[in-house]
Amino acid sequence: MTASNFTWEYAPAPEAKDHAKIKKQYDLFINGQFVKPQSKKYFETINPANEEVLAQVAEANEKDVNAAVTAAKTAYDKYWKKLSGAERAKYIFRIARVIQERSRELAVIESLNGGKAIRESRDFDIPTAANHFFYYAGWADKLEYAFPNRTPQSLGVAAQIIPWNFPLLMAAWKIAPALATGNTVVLKPAESTPLTALKLAEIIQDCDLPPGVVNIITGFGNTGAAMVNHPQVNKIAFTGSTDVGKIIQKAIAGTDKKLTLELGGKAANIVFEDAPINQAVEGIVNGIFFNQGHVCCAGSRLFVQEGVADEVISKLKARMDTLIVGDPLDKNTDIGAINSKEQLEKIKSYLKIGVNEGLEIFQSDACALPKKGFFCKPTLFIGAAQSNRVVQEEIFGPVLTIQTFRTIEEVIEKANNIPYGLSAGVWTDKGSKIFNLTSKMRAGVVWANTYNKFDPTSPFGGYKESGFGREGGLHGLMPYVKF
Amino acid sequence: MDFKVTPVIDQVGIEERVARFNSRSIKKQTKVSCLKLALNIIDLTTLEGKDTEGKIKQMCYKAMHPADDITGLPTVAAVCVYPTYVGLAKKTLGNSGVKVASVSTAFPSGNSTREIKINDTKFAVDNGADEIDMVISRGEFLKGNYNFVFDEIAAIKQACGAARLKVILETGELSTLDNVRKASDIAIYAGADFIKTSTGKIQPAATMPVTLVMLEAIKDYYNKTGITIGMKPAGGISTAKGALQYLVMLYETLGPNWMSNEWFRFGASSLANDLILQLAKEQKGVYYSKDYISID
Repeated sequence: MTASNFTWEYAPAPEAKDHAKIKKQYDLFINGQFVKPQSKKYFETINPANEEVLAQVAEANEKDVNAAVTAAKTAYDKYWKKLSGAERAKYIFRIARVIQERSRELAVIESLNGGKAIRESRDFDIPTAANHFFYYAGWADKLEYAFPNRTPQSLGVAAQIIPWNFPLLMAAWKIAPALATGNTVVLKPAESTPLTALKLAEIIQDCDLPPGVVNIITGFGNTGAAMVNHPQVNKIAFTGSTDVGKIIQKAIAGTDKKLTLELGGKAANIVFEDAPINQAVEGIVNGIFFNQGHVCCAGSRLFVQEGVADEVISKLKARMDTLIVGDPLDKNTDIGAINSKEQLEKIKSYLKIGVNEGLEIFQSDACALPKKGFFCKPTLFIGAAQSNRVVQEEIFGPVLTIQTFRTIEEVIEKANNIPYGLSAGVWTDKGSKIFNLTSKMRAGVVWANTYNKFDPTSPFGGYKESGFGREGGLHGLMPYVKF
Repeated sequence: MDFKVTPVIDQVGIEERVARFNSRSIKKQTKVSCLKLALNIIDLTTLEGKDTEGKIKQMCYKAMHPADDITGLPTVAAVCVYPTYVGLAKKTLGNSGVKVASVSTAFPSGNSTREIKINDTKFAVDNGADEIDMVISRGEFLKGNYNFVFDEIAAIKQACGAARLKVILETGELSTLDNVRKASDIAIYAGADFIKTSTGKIQPAATMPVTLVMLEAIKDYYNKTGITIGMKPAGGISTAKGALQYLVMLYETLGPNWMSNEWFRFGASSLANDLILQLAKEQKGVYYSKDYISID
């Protein structure tokens, strides 16, 4: 064959960022106003792709939390709980519409502050966030149909604490069902990614929501703890690490606060030898490298049936040669920056652990990392065993372990042999095998011949140490009502 | 080979992968070199009952001189005509390097006897065709008569002699991507030098999902044997933007070795003019009126 000498590199195609307006300093959004923190303290939030400071953000202390909860409680008693469902829906629809209108700006800020590729924030995070508001707006005046022959009532004030991996989307997951069911909200975004939540506060202000119905405050773990422990909070919704989830559960023992936890995961992605192999390889890539692997439901444990293991691994390596890691704002970037220095250190420590455990490591030679910022090469650990720490513990980065299996019983046992149970994937051409396997997986979500598919109409949540309660769909209303 | 058992395809997965290719952004120098490559890999085609000698001659001139007022343009790869015009095309193209491809085997339906198909092919080769674009017997394929299809391709390959064989699957009649993969494997193992999507007479003609399935078949065969097979999507690719999307897919699926007219072709008639329009814009900074571009 005559080799062609035609090679190309994609020329830089950066998304413009001049239209994204980020203030130098953000205060706390309490009672419909941005107010100075009583703590008088601010902290920096940065762009993880170049370590530049984007803004100063207020740190809420106990007094600030108290002000926010009081505002939410007052808004609940005086106004929001008396409003009809149809009226609540109007506000929620309005938020959805404005998110759509400002989607480009929100996408750019999401990528600037969180490091995720613009391809994902533009095509996934922001549209899905808007869709969640649309979906729950539709339920607001139909709650008696959601729960036939029962009378659903709102709870009061919901304290909601969200993680840094999908900042705006997680805010939408939390706020939309709470408002639709007639609750008021105090939301705290993660300390490393507060900007889109604060943009959402501006949107909520523009939408003329009654003051205090949604309060958005920023801070660290102490702020979250003050929210959890506040006596006037009726409902806590937390998405984040299993360790913090356990602390919250202990803290509220003996109170009547309702709790939803969406915690860690270590999902099995199972490829049988009759699977559509090329599409499975694509699904493996999407399963683990989506959002740099900062996904609680990431398919981080790959199980391949031994007959196709060599083929799958060699195709996976070839596919990884074409992944572009780099500037999150470049439209051609597949994998952006790791969210924080701390997280990058954690991932690196697991890479060392894997190598020390004697596993074969693969990182593509074709993959070049930018010199500045927090980046990590997509990584495979081949020949892993159930007892390896990199198999047992959640890494929350672009790191995939690969194990082989022979029989379906073996793979079900191993897939379930983990403290987590959030999600799983199965790849086979045979429908009966899918149903057999999915009914035996102890996981909240099981995807068949696809991975990382989300929809507002579909419930999401875990088993075991991955948490409890469901978000999304009809089930997502349940944690916010009493009968 | 047991062609009853070929790799399965997940249509949703294929469509998602295609959507990823289409979100790639090609700019600046990369764009210019890709547009030139796209022009250089076209099989400029006319396959109509109303073709005339004059039209063939004009098309051949266009193939050699796509737009002389723009500097640095390559020729197209080949012209594609019915067997009766092969001699004329060959003579007109002379030693320009532009190849002559001829459709054969009772194009486009393929409904004829093997003897006639072989003679059809030999006639084209004897008249100087460099490449033969045959059609498979879709009826036999859909019946499950895979050996018939295999043997027929092998027989035509023999009749081709030194001419390169492109096998048209007519994917618009195969109805599933599983069938597209199966037909691709049959054609490749039976001796095709190229596999090609469509005649252009049936809708849908070439689509990106179908082409991706065929590229994967080529890749799997290359991984197994080290033998390179070419690919030709044909019909329905009429814009420069669409062509660039195909090239992204080719690059990310098969890699740089396939990025020349030796191993990749577009079967198209109107694509060339849109490429010329875009290249002119890159050189002159403004869009031409289409009146400036010849429509041979």
